[in-house]
Amino acid sequence: MTTQNAIEVSHLIKKFGEKVAVNDISFKVRQGEVFGLLGPNGAGKTTTLRMITTLLKADSGQVKIFGHDAAKEGRLARSMFGLTGQYASVDEDLSARQNLMIFSRLNGLSRQAAKERTTELLTEFSLDNSADKPLKAFSGGMRRRLDLAVSLITRPALIFLDEPTTGLDPRTRSQMWDTIRKLVDQGSTIILTTQYLDEADQLADNLAIIDHGQVVKMGTPAELKEQLGGPRVTFTLSQTSQVAAAERLLATQVAGDVQEEGPDLSVSLGQVAQLATLLATLNDAQIGISHLAVQEPSLDDVFMSLTVGKN
Amino acid sequence: MDVQIHRGNVLQNTATMAYRNLLKTIHNPDQLMDVVIQPVLFMLMFGYLFGGAIAGGVKAYLPTIVPGILIQTMLSAASGSGAQIREDLDSGVFDRFKSLPMARIAPLAGQLFADSLRLLIAAITSLTTGYLMGWRPGVGLGWVVAIGLLAIFMGWVLSWVFALLGLLAKSAAAVQSVSLMTMLVLSFMSNAFVPMKALTKPLQFIARLNPVTYVITAIRQILATGSWTHEAWVVLVFGLVIVAIFAPLTVWAYDRN
Ligand SMILES: Nc1ncnc2c1ncn2[C@@H]1O[C@H](COP(=O)(O)OP(=O)(O)O)[C@@H](O)[C@H]1O
Ligand SMILES: [Mg+2]
Repeated sequence: MTTQNAIEVSHLIKKFGEKVAVNDISFKVRQGEVFGLLGPNGAGKTTTLRMITTLLKADSGQVKIFGHDAAKEGRLARSMFGLTGQYASVDEDLSARQNLMIFSRLNGLSRQAAKERTTELLTEFSLDNSADKPLKAFSGGMRRRLDLAVSLITRPALIFLDEPTTGLDPRTRSQMWDTIRKLVDQGSTIILTTQYLDEADQLADNLAIIDHGQVVKMGTPAELKEQLGGPRVTFTLSQTSQVAAAERLLATQVAGDVQEEGPDLSVSLGQVAQLATLLATLNDAQIGISHLAVQEPSLDDVFMSLTVGKN
Repeated sequence: MDVQIHRGNVLQNTATMAYRNLLKTIHNPDQLMDVVIQPVLFMLMFGYLFGGAIAGGVKAYLPTIVPGILIQTMLSAASGSGAQIREDLDSGVFDRFKSLPMARIAPLAGQLFADSLRLLIAAITSLTTGYLMGWRPGVGLGWVVAIGLLAIFMGWVLSWVFALLGLLAKSAAAVQSVSLMTMLVLSFMSNAFVPMKALTKPLQFIARLNPVTYVITAIRQILATGSWTHEAWVVLVFGLVIVAIFAPLTVWAYDRN
């Protein structure tokens, strides 16, 4: 028997009037992995998460959470995950402690257990010092931390994070990454959405790139990068008059196209070692190089090539 | 270590939600401004502006206006429920409530219970202001408490109606303006401020169709006779019927959201 998937999403569709926000999305999330939904603003990430977490009724399609149909066993499904929405879903008028207490009670903890869990989470998320201040005085990072703390009250095995770092400064952002990695170490399964490629690259084991409500690509970050080929090298020639000659020479050596932009010529390499041959060839032909740059393909390239100019 | 989870029941979830709404009110006491300031202001304005013209003096006008403003304040306090619910629904917190494994009805029920506090404060303010202006009901304190409770009950009944409005409306602002209009029409097109006899024939016709008229009449009768009159029973039963009709509708609209 294979291990059970944490989530199985099949053929989800959601229309808002004429607008098809989610157009036949399917994917599976294995237990213990971080699954990233990557896509530009308006791609349908939030709508997809809202349907999976039973906040929104799908027009059609099915969601299974640990094998349970989320539409038919909503309350059971809801007891198995924690959700941190895109917009802070804590009570602005209350303090951090009151928020944690109330959500603990609503999660079914006894008064005593709620108190203990609240104290624990306040410490874990470094909110002790501002525990009793109203949230109005909180920074964006503190609010996000509290929001996440509230989702973790019941130590759910499955956690949904909708754009957990959007709007955070770089320091707070890397703190959030650390927190997410810690959750992964504890064995949680995490589904996160993001518009940031580096975030997906850093955190996700598997990725679905979403655009216009459809999955345009799925795989590990490494696989997606591989599709773009090896590293890209750019030569800047000392003399523009030699561009045509250099281009002809390079074309005989590499599989892909040679791109030309002013004195810059760039090619994709099968492997890094190929660079030595290219340099020797140019040197033999007396073509001078003033600058050389080697670039690993980034998810940015994948992303741009897939979603360019559409949103 | 696993966190011990007991599946919360409806009552406990509702109590927690009511507690949440009370905490919100305590953190934002300005939300109570309307139920405190409005009855005082109206009692003074109407008493001193129209007392002489309508009843030949402030003191003589008070038995008419105290029940009138009491009910008008209830209407206005109840109409706040709708806007509050709409605001809650539109906020991110609500997604959180919906994603919890709790009784789905708890946020709505909690809101309506917490609103009883607003109604209580509104009733006490109205009656106290009347007393300070010289209103001396000829019946015992027990009956004053009874009409206070009847008024709060009617306010609570109406908060189900306004909650439905809040759930069906597009925005909190829309709820607010519709509620304000409803409140004004219902309270002024009745016998709240002017005796029935003093109204023109067409206005009398409208006032007789207005349920507010019956509630106010019942309260005035209790205060005049010191007994639970036939009209008071009618109002009580009418209130229960309204809840029986609107509670399921409100729950339905709530589930649909
Ligand atoms: N409640 C709604 N009513 C109408 N359109 C919506 C609603 N929610 C989302 N949309 C539309 O659906 C599309 C996908 O939105 P969303 O899922 O929020 O994208 P993302 O989270 O990827 O930024 C967008 O075009 C958005 O305008
Ligand atoms: Mg979104």
